[in-house]
Amino acid sequence: MSQTAEIQPGGVGTQAFGPRDAARLVARTTAVDAVGLEERAASLGKRSIKRESKLWALDLAIRCTDLTTLEGADTAGKVVAMCAKAVRPNPIDPSIPSVAAVCLYPELVPVALGQLKGTGVRVASVAGGFPSGLGPLDARLREVREVVEMGAHEVDIVLNRSLFLAGRYAQAFEELRAAREAAEGVHLKVILEVGELGSYDRVRQASVLAMAAGADFIKTSTGKLSTGATLPSALCMMEAARDFSRETGRPVGIKVAGGIRRSKQAVQYLVLLYETLGPEWMTPERFRIGASSLLNDVLMQIDKERTGRYQGPDYFTID
Amino acid sequence: MSEIERREDRTPGRRGPWAYSSAPEGREIVRLQDRYDLFVGGRFIEPKSGRYFETINPATEETLAQVAEAGEEDVDLAVRAAREAWEERWRDLPGKERAKYLYRIARALQERSREFAVLETMNNGKPIKESRDVDVPLAAAHFFYYAGWADKIEYAFPGRTPRPLGVAAQITPWNFPLLMCAWKLAPALATGNTAVLKPASTTPLTAFLLAEVIEQAELPPGVVNVIPGPGGRTGEWLARHPDVAKIAFTGSTEIGKILRRSVAGTGKRLTLELGGKAANIVFEDAPLDQAIEGIVNGIFFNQGEVCCAGSRLFVQESVFEVVLDKLKARLDTLRVGDPLDKNTDVGAINSRDQLEKITELVQSGIEEGAEIYQPDCPLPERGFWFRPTLFTNVSQSHRIAREEIFGPVLSILTFRTPEEAVEKANNTPYGLSAGIWTEKGSRILWMAERMKAGVVWANTFNRFDPSSPFGGYKESGFGREGGRHGLEPYLDLDGSGR
Repeated sequence: MSQTAEIQPGGVGTQAFGPRDAARLVARTTAVDAVGLEERAASLGKRSIKRESKLWALDLAIRCTDLTTLEGADTAGKVVAMCAKAVRPNPIDPSIPSVAAVCLYPELVPVALGQLKGTGVRVASVAGGFPSGLGPLDARLREVREVVEMGAHEVDIVLNRSLFLAGRYAQAFEELRAAREAAEGVHLKVILEVGELGSYDRVRQASVLAMAAGADFIKTSTGKLSTGATLPSALCMMEAARDFSRETGRPVGIKVAGGIRRSKQAVQYLVLLYETLGPEWMTPERFRIGASSLLNDVLMQIDKERTGRYQGPDYFTID
Repeated sequence: MSEIERREDRTPGRRGPWAYSSAPEGREIVRLQDRYDLFVGGRFIEPKSGRYFETINPATEETLAQVAEAGEEDVDLAVRAAREAWEERWRDLPGKERAKYLYRIARALQERSREFAVLETMNNGKPIKESRDVDVPLAAAHFFYYAGWADKIEYAFPGRTPRPLGVAAQITPWNFPLLMCAWKLAPALATGNTAVLKPASTTPLTAFLLAEVIEQAELPPGVVNVIPGPGGRTGEWLARHPDVAKIAFTGSTEIGKILRRSVAGTGKRLTLELGGKAANIVFEDAPLDQAIEGIVNGIFFNQGEVCCAGSRLFVQESVFEVVLDKLKARLDTLRVGDPLDKNTDVGAINSRDQLEKITELVQSGIEEGAEIYQPDCPLPERGFWFRPTLFTNVSQSHRIAREEIFGPVLSILTFRTPEEAVEKANNTPYGLSAGIWTEKGSRILWMAERMKAGVVWANTFNRFDPSSPFGGYKESGFGREGGRHGLEPYLDLDGSGR
């Protein structure tokens, strides 16, 4: 047995992998030691990011944010307000950049597109049976095609954990490939839902499967479970992306989502990214944070860094 | 310090736009004295030798303080103070009373942990994140652990009648100054012995801070005495003193041999914890990314100035290239520089002598035909620094594969089968520690059975715990420190008086 590479070299681009390769890919995935992974994540989480480097990180955190609302109770009014916040996170401070994208349910894509026209903020829609990834395949694929036709720039789909955890890798892979084709030309993020995978070995295998199927991004979580993104699971996915990029030449982005509410957490993920994937990943093209309440905490921290004082929460708009 | 900061800020880094701003731990918490006197009989006294020596910060070469040097007369005073304290105040104290003092010391270490960590880093050169997260917490843990044993000694050795030995001469190294004092003092005091401690000449300061804590803990005078000085003089006088019943030494194999000769025929008890050239063995099925962390931790922790450092890496040939690639990439991310900066991964080498020794051995590696890799990280201008270094194309016969370098230098070798790994790993005069990286449990057990090493780590490296015995085979010494095993060298178990 040789384990020099998870992906056969030379397989540049997504066409190199077929469903037959999927099971082999998963079987050949490098093992992950939970103790060592968690230790490394904790040690990177302790990096002390101060002054200019902190301001730089907070600015980047905003530029990498997918401002998200994924509630059954979402309305056009709620989305209009969120879009305004996405473009101008702090209306009285023009130095604060816009976020990368808004992320919402398909029904609300047209509203967001109308609001964000000409702003550079992108519209991302969940699709494909979010958040379970189950339901008839043709319905799920139709949903993906529809949001693309509506004009969404990015689609966040979910891995079929039912197939993946049952060991039906080829089928799970084929579903992802079908979604990739349905979402042709748009930015495809595949949510692994790490909180349901049960081990870091599984997180790594799912990462490899999704990247080989053509995902532009792999994403930790739906945000619908009590366990969202964690530093070790994000690190595990980053290590998989680093090796995938080295072996195939294709860079895949990372999106962390679920439970990221504080600036400190955002900075910790950026440290992980920086020390694992390097500076080329420190851009919204390759890194996103899916969050709703994080943004105001980042704004508050930026103010604190600049003025040395904390402002109360009422000085930042709730949208 | 400002010089290091400036240099770091000037260098946005080849790793892109995000140079971490310097995040130095404040040194105000440490109140340095101009002069440190000997701690003998419960008081700080000027040395009869009249001599003081300088101790410096190896990261800046600034002088930190003048430290008293114990002459022969001072050694005699200290041993006699310890002997008197043993006979009159400590030997017959009930175990639970001794435990109270140990618990007090442990708690004081925790309360003053930041002060200890900063001072340790200033005097030793190790990164603050290590002194803060490893050295000081482990030192406190050792005192807590042996405090727990103090009133249970007779249960540790059923059917025997354990008795303390008397005065223990304890000679500690410069790589973990405070932690090694804790490893030595905690079991000695718990078992009812008194101690004369000779800290290493380049790093005596935390031993004095510990003496201050011991004074505050109101330990009876003379139970612990601290007398710094050069190993060749102070250490030797101490080891030869007739009233010393037991010698515990951690340091080089060379000095260990001298000590062993000097105690031959005297009946003194001796434990030696000496050098090492540990094998870290990575199988093809290992969790590779964590193995990389283990390799890095194994050799770059404490600048590689660790007796159990994983300085020989054995990689199964089928994964050699991928491991080497990953390792080089990881080396490029190591942050070398100001040890007081909380983000520093690799600090300063402890002394100019040690730096010269490392440089000389690395030069020999190049001359013997090994291939060197070093990241081009910026180094501060003043102080003693050495870049993290990898050697490939190393064969068993090279000096860098046989001699202990005691620096951030890793020799990488390959193997094909588990049998070959065992054979090569054991092919060294040392035998302190080893690491095994594989997902296969049965192979871990198979390997561990065959490794001639006192400690074998599986899928981890450089992990220490007070309850786990530590010590070596062959030229790495004998005797165990830590755990129940660590009590035995300080006890006469059958009333023989030895």
